[in-house]
Amino acid sequence: MTATLEAVQAPAAQAKTPKRPLWPFKTAPVRVFAPVVVFVLVIAAWAASSHLLIPEASRFLLPSPEEVLAEGLLDAVARTEILTALWSTVQVALVGLALAIVLGVLFAVVMSQTRWAEYSLYPYAVVLQTIPILAVVPLFGFWFGYEFGSRVIVCVMVALFPVITNTLFGLKSVSSAEHDLFTLHGASRFQRLWKLQLPAALPAMISGFKISGGQAIIGSIVADFFFRQGVPGIGRMIDVYRQRLATEELLTALLLSSLVGLALFWCFDFLAGRVDRLHGKR
Amino acid sequence: MSIDPALAFNGVSLTFANGTRALDEVDLEIRPGEFVSLVGPSGCGKSTMLRLAAGFETATSGTVDLASDHLGYVFQEASLLPWRTVARNVELPAELAGVPKAERRERARDAIERVGLAGFEHHRPAQLSGGMRMRASIARALTLRPEVFLFDEPFGALDEITRQRLNEEVGNLFVRDGFAGVFVTHSVPESVFMSTRVVVLNGQPGKVAADIPVPFAYPRDPELRYTAEFAELASEVSAALRGAKQEARA
Repeated sequence: MTATLEAVQAPAAQAKTPKRPLWPFKTAPVRVFAPVVVFVLVIAAWAASSHLLIPEASRFLLPSPEEVLAEGLLDAVARTEILTALWSTVQVALVGLALAIVLGVLFAVVMSQTRWAEYSLYPYAVVLQTIPILAVVPLFGFWFGYEFGSRVIVCVMVALFPVITNTLFGLKSVSSAEHDLFTLHGASRFQRLWKLQLPAALPAMISGFKISGGQAIIGSIVADFFFRQGVPGIGRMIDVYRQRLATEELLTALLLSSLVGLALFWCFDFLAGRVDRLHGKR
Repeated sequence: MSIDPALAFNGVSLTFANGTRALDEVDLEIRPGEFVSLVGPSGCGKSTMLRLAAGFETATSGTVDLASDHLGYVFQEASLLPWRTVARNVELPAELAGVPKAERRERARDAIERVGLAGFEHHRPAQLSGGMRMRASIARALTLRPEVFLFDEPFGALDEITRQRLNEEVGNLFVRDGFAGVFVTHSVPESVFMSTRVVVLNGQPGKVAADIPVPFAYPRDPELRYTAEFAELASEVSAALRGAKQEARA
């Protein structure tokens, strides 16, 4: 070595990136304790309303938490019924979400590549978001039948837009200096997309997936509520319980579907944390 | 002159799409072994000249001739990809050019060593100081073995001590590699310390207002900054710059 830039002091102490635990919730006390407090308060308010505000005769309007637990979750027949329906709903939602992610990213990539593609496609992506889903669901039934496939299509439809917008936003968030860098080194269109735009877009994409996850579950329930064919899902059970005035089961079905949504959200949140760390944030 | 210029601007004018005239009939030649600083008021088109040389912009009229395609470019910000380690960032140009993995690793290691970042290969940009990020950015450009090396105001955001040190070290690289350097800066002392020539532009549109040779030999001692000769040249550049500014205002 002849002339060199003088060495920066050797990084003895920080030569290794400090290993962070895989489990991201190390601030567990607050992150777990706070939601638990809220949960207890909500349950208390619910129990109080049920016992104090509603007369015994019309208790079915709002059964108390312990009744819901006993008849919805602890009762073997009801539990099996609800969990089977939930599994059907989740399957539809997950397949729909996966398709929405693939299609949405694909659309966004196409739109990011040429201006005319963006101009010609984007308005329809917005239309997709603003169409009243309740009006379209029966049409899908006419066109595609009333079973698994149609339910998935409804999920894709409601989950697609957040994926498209967030991915497109992420792909376009690349700074002009980074683009110049790739131009300087003669990067091909594919190299620019694969090595620059997509990695840069990843955090925004995952925020899109988070929204889409919840949407897909709602879509799955709504579709099933309307189509009422094939393996019954939560949507159909909700309708059945409504007719039976079985509020305990109805509430159980609702709570369990929200739990699934929450779990999905956490998965993406965990993924977002990993990506942020990869990008040197956090 | 005997040697062909490494980089030549021949009557270059540039008008942007929005009608802004950035450069007006600029003639400038930079020969191998020259290190030319471009100084001038904000918006005088200094950076635009580098962007033209790199092919990011196209001249409206006139020509920009590069003698070599070994072009190094250091951006205003380090512009490292945050998800890549230092080593992978430095490898990027060779990777885009399709250089086999083993060779580009080797080149990256060598470049990282030369900028004094050995031991930081596996750090991510967010874990580095501003000065170290700039070193990584310089290493990235070094992997191409540049014959023309363009610096677009690279040290503007750094503290004074870091900046001076990097000035000295880029000087060392220049001595060893003998590339043709073009260095855009706002700082008069930096321009005098680094260069064989200081070119003052006035704006707008940008035009060459003064071309001041700097006779000090390389390698330059950091103490050069505190000599009377240095102060005299710096004041000459300052005066030219003031003149350029007044003209720009008029």
